[in-house]
Order: sequence, then structure tokens, then C-alpha cells
Amino acid sequence: MYVAVKGGERAIENAHRLLAHERRGDRDVPEVTLAQISEQLALGVDRVMTEGSLYDRELAALAIKQARGDMIEAIFLARAFRATLPRFGATEPVNTGEMQVRRRISSTFKDVPGGQILGPTFDYTHRLLDPQLAEGFVPDQPATAEASQAATPRVTDILGRDGLIESSPQADGDAPVGDLTREPLSFPADRDLRLQNLARGDEGFLLALGYSTQRGYGRNHPFAGEIRFGEVEVEFFAEDAGFAVPLGAIELTECQMVNQFKGSTTEAPCFTRGYGLAFGQSERKTMSMALVDRALRAGELGEEAVAPAQDEEFVMSHSDNVQSTGFVEHLKLPHYVDFQSELGLLRKLRQEFAEANEAVAMQEAAE
Amino acid sequence: MSSTTSSTTSSTGPDSKQAQRKAAMAVLAHSAAADIAGLLAAIAVPAHENLREPENGLVMVRGRIGGDGAPFNLGEATVSRAAVRLATGEVGFGYTLGRDAQKARMIALCDAMVQSAALSGEVEAKVIAPLRVAVNAERARKAAETAATRVDFYTMVRGEG
Repeated sequence: MYVAVKGGERAIENAHRLLAHERRGDRDVPEVTLAQISEQLALGVDRVMTEGSLYDRELAALAIKQARGDMIEAIFLARAFRATLPRFGATEPVNTGEMQVRRRISSTFKDVPGGQILGPTFDYTHRLLDPQLAEGFVPDQPATAEASQAATPRVTDILGRDGLIESSPQADGDAPVGDLTREPLSFPADRDLRLQNLARGDEGFLLALGYSTQRGYGRNHPFAGEIRFGEVEVEFFAEDAGFAVPLGAIELTECQMVNQFKGSTTEAPCFTRGYGLAFGQSERKTMSMALVDRALRAGELGEEAVAPAQDEEFVMSHSDNVQSTGFVEHLKLPHYVDFQSELGLLRKLRQEFAEANEAVAMQEAAE
Repeated sequence: MSSTTSSTTSSTGPDSKQAQRKAAMAVLAHSAAADIAGLLAAIAVPAHENLREPENGLVMVRGRIGGDGAPFNLGEATVSRAAVRLATGEVGFGYTLGRDAQKARMIALCDAMVQSAALSGEVEAKVIAPLRVAVNAERARKAAETAATRVDFYTMVRGEG
């Protein structure tokens, strides 16, 4: 037993040493810096911050470097880091209506107040690989234009003024804000918990579920009412200072999905909505999140819940890629004892099978 | 925060002092630590002590359902904080996103100076004001770049008319 443990330790140590060597790659190639990852692989950093549930560009870049570009491994590292720091408290809720907008589009109103602002986007690119980018490409300085002083109100606020869309649910007095990092999940879950779960949920999982609703598995007839990306100020009520102190700004993406309307004999029909919010420029993520958020409201809106995207226990229990990868990948760890007992049982069953067949054969021979 | 009984005008009342402190803190939080340090080096920093040693931690960032509804927990952010006390008694607090604890300490020092009648003029003029110019310039640059990507549907209409 002892010998086996020692052998395993040396093998593990050497495997990690080999990993560090492979991570570095060809040593004649310059080492990638955290600033390079943060600046030039910015959307990867945004994803690690969002799903790692930790806003810190430098740490997310370090996680990507350490994980050799494996995003789920990097997200795992970011999540684990959070446990090393104390939590001072919660910020004041951010006001996305006062975002310094870098991009803001609506697919529902061409002439939306504040305008359609494309910002830095892959939309309308031809998706052809660009050989120029292979090396030494120096892009032009961005064009500039006189900035408008006009406000950019949320599209849902504009629809809300005429009562054409349901209003957002307001805070329930003294009810604390649900926090799944502090209490284990239980069902049914309120919308605050669902949104927290979706915000840190795997982009690919939510994308597939969102897509499934579009293909008919829990259809909810969505329009991208608005997608906005930009900087939002963050304030924190500091007990020692006695007022809400500014912490600086973070980049956020918000998606307001406008969905099929509902009404009843007592309520005039109006559009319903789904909501997505994520760190950084995370458009696909927030759109998927908003589709799934709306799908999960099936029960509340009196819709028949028949599709996976409408099943909150299914969605919330499988959205977290750190949890998922933990359970899938644990299959790699030694299961020797489990396996030996299964093997013992299987051998016993096979022996019984063989003996039974032998008995039958002998009986047949005797007859 | 008790209301003052003296006939102070709104420009010198406690609310306006707090607004001035918040405005200074916002500029400082948006500035790079090296820029704050460079400007602080150019003024006579008063004697002070750390009331709270600079430290790193997390805050849970909250959003609102639908953008304007009930709050929910979005995810955490790294944050640094510190508190300093000047020899003359003013206590300043420093909070900033990120893990640069020394930046939080410099913000706390500036906040203490902003509260000092003797020092607020100098720290405002020689530290906060130049940083504010830089922060605003950066904001204006981004706004101008963004504005160039605004879709102008009206141009097409005029072209046809």
C-alpha cells in the first residue's frame, strides 16, 4: 500500500511538471502576457469573469493562461479564487439605464430614442478569415463623431410608458435577495435566484436551451427589444463612511427580450419579457439567458411547461459548468475499490450463470 | 449627518460636503494608481496613520430584474479598501474595484484631505482636478468613437427626397 502511494506522488509531481512545460510550449516563442490576453482575447476574459462569477480582468487573464485556454478550467480557477477573499457586502443595484453606452441596438424600433449604436461588433462582418491579422497588422484609428447628449432610455421603459409591456417585478419589502453561493438550491426558485444561476451558467448550455425554445420546445416568440453594452458605475454602501461610496465602473451587457403577449378578462394584453445581464461584452450569453429566463416563467404566466427550457429544476441543476465538469470529470479519478467490488459481483454472477447452464445441460443430457 | 443649526448655505452644508467627497472618490476610483501617486507626490502630504490597513476583498454586484425591478445577485467583483486618519483628526475612506490596496489607501488619504478645511483646496486643485480632466477626456474619446457607429437612417431619407 505504502509503495503505491509513494509511486503515485512522484508520478503526479512529474505530470504537473510536464504540464507546466507543455503550457509554456516552444520556449523559442515569446511568452504570452496577462495584458495581451486581457487586451487581445478580451471576450474570452469576459466569459471567464461572467461564468467564474468574478469581475477582475487580470485574474481572469491569469486563469486563461494557467488553464492553457481551456475556458471551463479557467472558470473553475476563478470560482475557486473567490473563496480566498472575504466578502465586504453587496453593491447598490447597478443602473443600466445610465450606462455609458458603447453599443446599443434594438431589433424592434428602427428610430429608437438615442439611436442604434453598433459599437465594436462582429455583426455584418463577412466571417472570412483575415490573413492580414496573422502578423503585424496595425488597424486604423477609430472614426469619431460628435457625441449626442440625448439620453438612451431602455426600450422596455419606452414600451412600459404606454402599458404595452409588463412592468418588472418590484422588490418584496424586507425579503432578502436570494444568493445561491450562500444557500443550496431549492425548488421552486424565485426569479432572483434563477437569474443569478443563469448569469453564471454555461454559455453553450444556455445557448442550446435558448435555441430549443426557438425551434418549438417551449416557444415564446421573442424579439431582441434591446441589447446594450457599456460601462456602468458601481456604488457600495460603506458602513464606516456612512454613505454609498463609488467603486468605479464595470462593463456589462444587458439584453431585454420582448416576448409574446398575454392578457385575461381582468388584464389588458401586453408583451411579456425575459432578461439577460452579464459581465463584459457577452451578447450571445445575455440573449440566451433572456430566452431561458422567459421560458422559465412558464408557470407564472400560465403556460404549459412541457419543454426542457421551461423546467427550472432541470435548467438550474445543469447550467453550472463547474459543477457539471466536476461530476463528469470525477469519473477519471481512481475508482479501483468501487470497480473491484463490481468486478467481484460480476464474476460471481457469471459463475452462477455458468453453473446454472451446466446444470441445465447435464439435465438435458440425462433426459 | 445631523442637520446643522447654523445658517450654513447649501454649498457648505454636510450634504454638499458628502457630495464633494463622493465626486472626488469617483474620480479617484476611475484613475490609475500611478497617476494618483504621481500627483500626490507633488503636494505636501500631511502626517497620517492607517486606521484600517489596506485590504482586498469581494463585493457581490447586484443588478435589477428587467433593469428596473427587484435586485438580484449578478456575480462578485474584487475590491480594495483602506481608512486613514490625519494627525489633525480627519478620517478618510478609500474603496476601489480591483486588488490594488495601495490605490485604496491613496483614495482614503485624499478623502481625508478633502474633509480638511486647510487642505481641501490644494488636494482638489492639484490632485482631483487634473485627474477629473483625464477621466472626462477618456470618457469623451470613447463617446466620440461610439457616436461614429450610430446608424443614421435619416440620411437615406434625405437622399431620396
